[in-house]
Amino acid sequence: MKIQRREFVAALGVGTTGLAGCTAFGQNDGEAGVTGETLTLTTTTSTYDTGLLDELNAPFQDMYGVTVDAISKGTGAALETARNGDSDVVMVHARSLEDDFMREGYGVNRRDIMFNDFVIVGPEDDPAGIAGMESATEALATIAEEEVTFVSRGDNSGTHTKELALWDEAGVDPGGDWYQETGQGMGQVLNMTNQQSGYTLSDRGTYLSRRADSNLVILVQGPIEGGPDSLSNPYGIMAVNPAVHENVNYDLSMAYIGYITSPEGQERIAEYTANGEQLFFPEALSEDPDFEQYVPEGWSADDSDERA
Amino acid sequence: MSVEAAVDIGPLIVDLSVGRGPLFADFPFESQYVTSIIRVSLYVSGIAVFLSTLVSLPIALVVGFTDFIGKRLVTAVINTGMGFPSVVVGLVVLFTVSNQGPLGHLNLVFTKEAMIISQVILATPPITGISLAAVSSVDESVRDAAYAMGGTRLDVALVVVKEARYGLATAVLAGFGRAISEVGSVLIVGGNIAGANGISKTRTLTTAIRQEARQGRYDTAMVLGAVLLVLVLVVNALVMRLGDGGTVR
Repeated sequence: MKIQRREFVAALGVGTTGLAGCTAFGQNDGEAGVTGETLTLTTTTSTYDTGLLDELNAPFQDMYGVTVDAISKGTGAALETARNGDSDVVMVHARSLEDDFMREGYGVNRRDIMFNDFVIVGPEDDPAGIAGMESATEALATIAEEEVTFVSRGDNSGTHTKELALWDEAGVDPGGDWYQETGQGMGQVLNMTNQQSGYTLSDRGTYLSRRADSNLVILVQGPIEGGPDSLSNPYGIMAVNPAVHENVNYDLSMAYIGYITSPEGQERIAEYTANGEQLFFPEALSEDPDFEQYVPEGWSADDSDERA
Repeated sequence: MSVEAAVDIGPLIVDLSVGRGPLFADFPFESQYVTSIIRVSLYVSGIAVFLSTLVSLPIALVVGFTDFIGKRLVTAVINTGMGFPSVVVGLVVLFTVSNQGPLGHLNLVFTKEAMIISQVILATPPITGISLAAVSSVDESVRDAAYAMGGTRLDVALVVVKEARYGLATAVLAGFGRAISEVGSVLIVGGNIAGANGISKTRTLTTAIRQEARQGRYDTAMVLGAVLLVLVLVVNALVMRLGDGGTVR
């Protein structure tokens, strides 16, 4: 450890740019182009907080001799940063918001990357009695009817977007004392939910990584464990359109998208586990064509309104 | 007995360090992760306070020495600045350095330099305000004596600075405390970036604490909070020590 620290101090003496330079020298032989550049990635808290992103980015950085600056925010904020041209590539999980982003011309070359699912969690004694329900909307309707505490992300994140869509489907306009909008990240919301013995919608990955510290149990499963498809949680990646923001590093964005959707990247996603459980399931590779991943959902060339 | 204890502690430590790799003693983070965060915190706040002091001291001396119409207004403006909400400053700086903003071509967004800009804006009012109070409280006879002995304006200023050094040290420390403990602006303009290798780029102690809290890991957040407190304490002790060194001749 001592040696490591000395090396670290020496490296810092050279400075951060020097550090990046060192990596570049090692890899520069005959490989011109992106070496030494920085890719700014805005992504969601769930990919970051589960630790997946570090696992994916380290090999990419070594492969190209570049640096990936990952900024984790809710899906809405991540897309907004990209809209301002402050990031090169976005990896998020709210298809409706991604579609808006593409329709407005900010995002290009969208790919499906992976999926996991959402689960509805709550206290073990389940005062609302939703355990084992087959339908997520039925469970939410019951929670609203019983007016038991429900903690909402309330932060325009992918999870929040999904939650609002589910309330909408359930025909409930959530409000009142039992419904708490927190504006916090998933881990914190799980903690608050646990402390109040309430219910919440969580992505499975964050729930699994926090399970050891809480008494919350899964009451309605997502599709991975045989639950309803309405709780699926697909992740997509898009490059920021260089025709809109000419400052973005489009080449490197596409290299990153290529890496993430490559057999190697997909394998890393499949092999990533937390507490012994797989958190994300790759879905970029398929023998059958999947054209819908490239365009907004329901888009068709004949539909002139959609193209506007 | 001791073996049992070790077994008990083992999993706890591993649990705290999820995804962080090898451990440094019983500290829940990799040492270079924490070291790099501390370095970023000190670098950003240190430079910001240095620049703020360069701006603040002349302002405080000029305003403190001269009488002019609107002096009370200027003082009021400076004192109002002490209350700038850091998130608002962060937002304004973000819009300025964002690629769509007036300074967009400099590519400052999500860099340490952007964080320094916002912290300079935050630290300058308290440093100016407290310096002004310190300079104003120096007895007028000291200034008169300096003039009487044929001192130039610079000589007089130096004498006043020397007399007011404790107050000025307090001003700098207040600015430093404001800078290193704020989370709102550095999070917005810096983006809380740490590399995949665990080395911080724009992650400070405060944004790291916020991140741990976001994930519900309050225990590790507390550890980082303790580090921050110790750091501020050490800096305060050092600066006060410097002040003492000035008196012992």
